[in-house]
Amino acid sequence: MTGSSMTTPDTQIFHDSPTDSAYRARWWAGRVAVYGLLILWAVICLFPVYWTLTTSFKMAPDVMKGHMVPWVDYSPAWLGWRSLGLSPDTLGDESTVRAEFLKRFSNSAVVSLASSVLAVVLGSLAAYGLSRFSYKFAWMRNTDISFFFLSQLILPPVVLALPMLVLYKELALLDTRIGLILLYTLSVLPIVIWIMRDQFSSIPTELEEAALVDGLSIWGAFLTIILPIALPGMVAAFILSLVLTWNEYFFAALLTSTHANTLPVMVASQTGSQGISWWSMAALSWAAILPLIVIGVVLERYIIKGMAAGAVK
Amino acid sequence: MILIAASQLAQVMGWYAFGFENWRPTLYAYVLWAICLCWGQVLQHGEHGKRTLFVLPAALFVISLTVFPLLFGLIIAFSDWNLSSPTGRQFNGLANVRQMWADPFYWNAMLNMVWYVLAILVEYAIAFGLALALNAEIRARKFFRVAFLLPLMLSPVAVSWMIGKSMLEPRFGPIARLGRLLGWDDPSFFGNPWIAKAAIMVMDAWTFIPFMMIMILAGLQAIPKELNEAAKVDGANGWRAFWEVTFPMMLPVSITAILIRIIFKLKLADIVINVTSGGPGGATDTVTSFIFREYRDRSNVGYGTLLAMVYLVVIVIAMTVLMKLADRFARPRT
Repeated sequence: MTGSSMTTPDTQIFHDSPTDSAYRARWWAGRVAVYGLLILWAVICLFPVYWTLTTSFKMAPDVMKGHMVPWVDYSPAWLGWRSLGLSPDTLGDESTVRAEFLKRFSNSAVVSLASSVLAVVLGSLAAYGLSRFSYKFAWMRNTDISFFFLSQLILPPVVLALPMLVLYKELALLDTRIGLILLYTLSVLPIVIWIMRDQFSSIPTELEEAALVDGLSIWGAFLTIILPIALPGMVAAFILSLVLTWNEYFFAALLTSTHANTLPVMVASQTGSQGISWWSMAALSWAAILPLIVIGVVLERYIIKGMAAGAVK
Repeated sequence: MILIAASQLAQVMGWYAFGFENWRPTLYAYVLWAICLCWGQVLQHGEHGKRTLFVLPAALFVISLTVFPLLFGLIIAFSDWNLSSPTGRQFNGLANVRQMWADPFYWNAMLNMVWYVLAILVEYAIAFGLALALNAEIRARKFFRVAFLLPLMLSPVAVSWMIGKSMLEPRFGPIARLGRLLGWDDPSFFGNPWIAKAAIMVMDAWTFIPFMMIMILAGLQAIPKELNEAAKVDGANGWRAFWEVTFPMMLPVSITAILIRIIFKLKLADIVINVTSGGPGGATDTVTSFIFREYRDRSNVGYGTLLAMVYLVVIVIAMTVLMKLADRFARPRT
């Protein structure tokens, strides 16, 4: 381009200077590199999900031959979903697998929802208190108390697991939803406190002071003035807890057996026992991750907000 | 105060009145006692007590669920307690410690953890690159963000089936196919110890890179745009501007992200349990998955607890040192 403009200078009045075109070439190279990287990684992220979804519609030979694109190199069948009792033609019939699946699904839903709610309530209260008042419990001051809560994050679950197993046995909490809810609340509480402390400290204290002058009590001010402002942070913390508790496997595998099993335990037990029935495993995995995919797509904003809370101070 | 004392008495009463059939009443008593304690605070201290009420519930909750089990764990760590045997708990002093000392698989698992933690540096580099790409002026940013976030949402158990069992399947998994295409004759991922370890690392990285990426992205967006422009005006090219402006600015965020990532990495177990269950020959074992198997195979609570306790001590020491280092490293520049 520059070459032609230099040979015929009078036909083209405006032409790029050599530095400009070099800049443009570099800019294009940068664009291509950035988009290349983004698209490559998007494929890496999405392919396993796609692979699992398509596998759930494959028949045995399609799995063996590694067919990938439905309707192009294989014709989709409801095989995997039928084995779960979730395909259109079996949906009306009785199905033990589906009953089992729905039971696990509802266990997961109840446990993760309840523990997230509990964690957000307890965590928000604690975070608010810690960000506003100064406490003194024995030798512990605010920073110590915060550290006490946040240090729970370091505690690996395995340390608690076996003592808890014994304790739960004694408390008759083994294989109950309540037991799982308590432990899950504990495991996400530090994260909630972290997010909420960040959220509350970004709200100016003048707001409560004004409310106190207006005759509200501390709790009144907290409930009517501060909570509505902090709601986005609470939603973020809630979603994050929901994801973490929905996916939790370790405690669930140890502490539940038949009654309170959650979905991850069901998925895991299928991998071990049933050998290779690809389509039904794929269908099951996909059904297990579907709620999270929906949450991820719809509420992505909140998740990012929640995770970014601690990053920037 | 009277209320508290009364409720404590009720706790003791509950203890005996129901006998030792199970300890559930103690739990109810604890909850009751906690409520009374909170109420007592308000009655006793008035306004000040109401403030305490914000933190107290969470504190009581955490204490009951961690401090108490930890103390209890200390007791059972020094005992031989097979849950399925009728003899019950038997104190055996330091026998567990001796057994641990001579247990090659445990120390092997510890060593594996070092490798797994070191892999975080690679994850960090990738996450940083992706965050930079996302922070550039691009179209369809929302799509890429959602796509990149997705792996984090998926449960490790599902991931270990989707990738570990299905896509890495040596005969017809797509990745094995790709490997064959590239000239790898026998793409079995879980035969060779190092390849197996790398496969576990890759799966774990796949789920957790989004996490680091988002933290770094948040940091990048907090850097004022003028800074980079100023660097450009001063004649720094993109590469130099990155190393001399962006990267130092990102140091605190990076350290936070890496520290949190280490904490999560130390809990790594689900994928290992479900894909390799530690094999081949313990090459992919993490401490958590090893203890899990140890319990599954022998249902000996005592030994497993001791291993976990030692692990906790090691973690606490390591994290304290790391945080001290990070503090010193990050402070002079911020």
